[in-house]
Amino acid sequence: MSMTTRDWLLTESPSSRMQARLGRSYRVLLALLRNPLAVIGAVIIIALVVLAIFAPWFATHSPYSGQLTNRLQPPSAEFWLGTDELGRDIWSRIVYGARITLMIVLLVAAIAAPLGLVIGAVSGYFGGWTDRILMGITDVFLSMPKLILALAFVAALGPGIENAVIAIAITSWPAYARIARAETLTFRNSEFIAAIRLQGASAMRVILRHILPLCSSSVIIRVTLDMAGIILTAAGLGFLGLGAQPPLPEWGAMISRGRAFILDQWWVATMPGFAIIIVSLGFCFLGDGLRDVLDPKSGGKQ
Amino acid sequence: MSEPLLDVQNLRVRFPTATGPVEVVRGVSFTLGRERLGIVGESGSGKSMTGRSILRLIRKPGEVTADRLRFDGKDLLSISEREMRKVRGARISMVMQDPKFSLNPVMTVGEQIGEALAVHEKLPRRQIRERVLTMLEAVQIRDPERVFGLYPHEVSGGMGQRVMIAMMLIPEPAILIADEPTSALDVSVQGEVLKIIDELITRNGMGLIFISHDLHLVSQFCDRILVMYRGEVVEQCAASELDKASHPYTRGLLASVPQLNETRELLPVLDRSQWETA
Amino acid sequence: MRAGRRFAFSLGGFVITIALTFLGLLAITFFIGRVIPIDPVLAVVGDRAPQAVYERVRVEMGLDRPLIVQFLSYVGDVLTGNLGMSVTTGRPVAQDLARVFPATLEMATLGIIIGVALGVPMGVWAAARQGTITDQIIRVVGLLGYSVPAFWLGLIGLLLFYARLQWVSGPGRLDIFYDGLVPTVTGLLLVDSLIAGDWTVFRNAVSHLVLPASILGFFSLAYIARMTRSFMLDQLNQEYVITARVKGVPERQVIWRHAFRPIRVPLITVIGLSYAGLLEGSVMIETVFSWPGIGNYLTSALLNADMNAVLGATLVIGAVFIAINKISDVLYRVLDPRAR
Repeated sequence: MSMTTRDWLLTESPSSRMQARLGRSYRVLLALLRNPLAVIGAVIIIALVVLAIFAPWFATHSPYSGQLTNRLQPPSAEFWLGTDELGRDIWSRIVYGARITLMIVLLVAAIAAPLGLVIGAVSGYFGGWTDRILMGITDVFLSMPKLILALAFVAALGPGIENAVIAIAITSWPAYARIARAETLTFRNSEFIAAIRLQGASAMRVILRHILPLCSSSVIIRVTLDMAGIILTAAGLGFLGLGAQPPLPEWGAMISRGRAFILDQWWVATMPGFAIIIVSLGFCFLGDGLRDVLDPKSGGKQ
Repeated sequence: MSEPLLDVQNLRVRFPTATGPVEVVRGVSFTLGRERLGIVGESGSGKSMTGRSILRLIRKPGEVTADRLRFDGKDLLSISEREMRKVRGARISMVMQDPKFSLNPVMTVGEQIGEALAVHEKLPRRQIRERVLTMLEAVQIRDPERVFGLYPHEVSGGMGQRVMIAMMLIPEPAILIADEPTSALDVSVQGEVLKIIDELITRNGMGLIFISHDLHLVSQFCDRILVMYRGEVVEQCAASELDKASHPYTRGLLASVPQLNETRELLPVLDRSQWETA
Repeated sequence: MRAGRRFAFSLGGFVITIALTFLGLLAITFFIGRVIPIDPVLAVVGDRAPQAVYERVRVEMGLDRPLIVQFLSYVGDVLTGNLGMSVTTGRPVAQDLARVFPATLEMATLGIIIGVALGVPMGVWAAARQGTITDQIIRVVGLLGYSVPAFWLGLIGLLLFYARLQWVSGPGRLDIFYDGLVPTVTGLLLVDSLIAGDWTVFRNAVSHLVLPASILGFFSLAYIARMTRSFMLDQLNQEYVITARVKGVPERQVIWRHAFRPIRVPLITVIGLSYAGLLEGSVMIETVFSWPGIGNYLTSALLNADMNAVLGATLVIGAVFIAINKISDVLYRVLDPRAR
């Protein structure tokens, strides 16, 4: 009886940890592929990544310099989405803007997710007063309006894309801390953690090597679901002039520039908005699909 | 027994799944007169699905077909939803397993029983209230006035099930389907609830379909027994002739029931290979 | 008796949590005020001031004291309603906030009314037709609420309904020649114009309010419809919904009386959260619509580095947000017959 890759992945009795892990991923993938919205979301995000990496190939013009004689041109064969007030091609700016959006999203995730994970895991592992104090702080942040808090932080730190990233990260870690703590509590007292402790592992080693890897999958789902919110907040900061500064082709800032021409040259403000919507929807669809597959209890289909 | 109340021929219930449709009820046929019919089977044998498909309660994407599903001169599978609503509750009704889940938590007992009557008969509010109180008395609730205004979480399981019975019998249906009506209850009140069902059924001259996993209970309580296994009827006999059952599954079930006056080291386990074809 | 004591106990716990949360909010705003890289003294004296003047102002502002003392005096100030002076308006921040808050309240309230009136039926409808095309459309509309930038939707709304179709009035709360025609009683223009009996002003105020409020309403609709759908799906799988069908209850009543009734209480929490969220969402909308509310006040303060005003506005929005959050939590426990 020959064994195909598919059989190997779907076997009920995997022979190695790696096979089990790959098998599980494969099952999740199969389930995702049956969910049309999730597939659309994944396609959008892959397109975003490809666009960002190969921006010079997709851009038809320079994103930074344009000819003033071409200013405020409507969409045409030459300028697919029109030009802005400095004669720059909007399509090319949106393509390069994908890099900024992707960078913001990745940086926020890279700061907020580990921060939340560590705080949640420490809180759950040690319990007692450590838990009470850390969770108290987390709850205060959680019950605060995120956008307003981010605005206040940027006001204090000064405008700019790095500060915008920091401000958004500061306001998004608490949700991840809550999830990581809840996960930690479920296996804090389990046999295998006790066994590791008996071997003389330090608390730090237990948390870093054994607890964090177990919490991370549920945090990753949550981060995917939050991506749309992060993109919107970053765009909002850009729109208010507090995020990415000109001449960076950040989508929110582009809408802000186009605001002055909204009545006569509608495309300047409208096009970057569509870019934001499409990408945010992509993350929403994928996040929703992931949750339906991995956590069927929380609504969704059946 | 002349014309039966209910005539079921070749009933099938199908659900689509990722790996193709799965048939959970596979060609069940029986008739019901003014009698107590027991349907016995393990969980997943399709006995509850059989009960629910009679009332057309299988929701999409589930699919019910039958050569015949006749009640009261009507084919239940072909009548409109509106006509079906006139059958539900008023002509055929159903008592479900656990009153903790089957009673609405935010409506009072009286409101819920009254509604069962109000959807079928236009009656003044006062009269509905009187009929509900009478019905509560009929299911042997001592203080109907008080219970009328209680919420389901304020009554015990046994009382909850009596409320459920009152609710299902108040429009005076011709058939009652009782789906494991006592298995969620304390042993001490199971007997009482069964007695109430028995009395009311006999008094009103109704037909009863009693669905249970408990072969022993069914054989004592019912006149006739269907044994279901994997969506099919494997045995059909009078309750009194159960010991003459022929199908190996039924024999296996009977053998695994412990007796009071016996000493056995091990209760036998069902050996499914005897009747299952791989 | 026991229930009463338990209630008093949970009430006490509730007061303590809410007090701690407010203290946390104060700590955060204080921290933001301190870590600001721009020197607050410089903001007052200007960067050409001699060292002696700088030192004197520093002491006057209390910046030479230990941090904890500064924090305590800050808490004391806030509790007595002293939020400092605004550099841009030259008035006490507390006074400014009291003046602009009703405008935001009016918009957010109309927004939540729109959101509930449309979102709840949409959610129920989607759940009742789970898996159909209606359900998918409502689901996508709901997700759009998470994906469309509010400021962009505001701009598009202005372009379409004000500039092109001329169905509504433009930015601001009133046309300029109606300004100050009705005396301010509540600060809510719709209410004030009704009190004054001035229908022209009322109509004008409505024509200004309807677009920004509808856009806010769309965002709360998205959230409310999504939550309603998920609550309803949960309900429709309950045994007691089947019981209702067994009784022969028509499907419409099964849905509204049996399935919907139990979720009214959790929905109140959702609506509360959404209302609080609208106060936050109004920041972007107000900027686009030049709406003279707290959001607009906050953003113009931000751009002018008017830190007292920024922190004051953050504090007020944060406090209202926390209050609504916690109150809907308590309402849940009071209203559910099972929890009583």
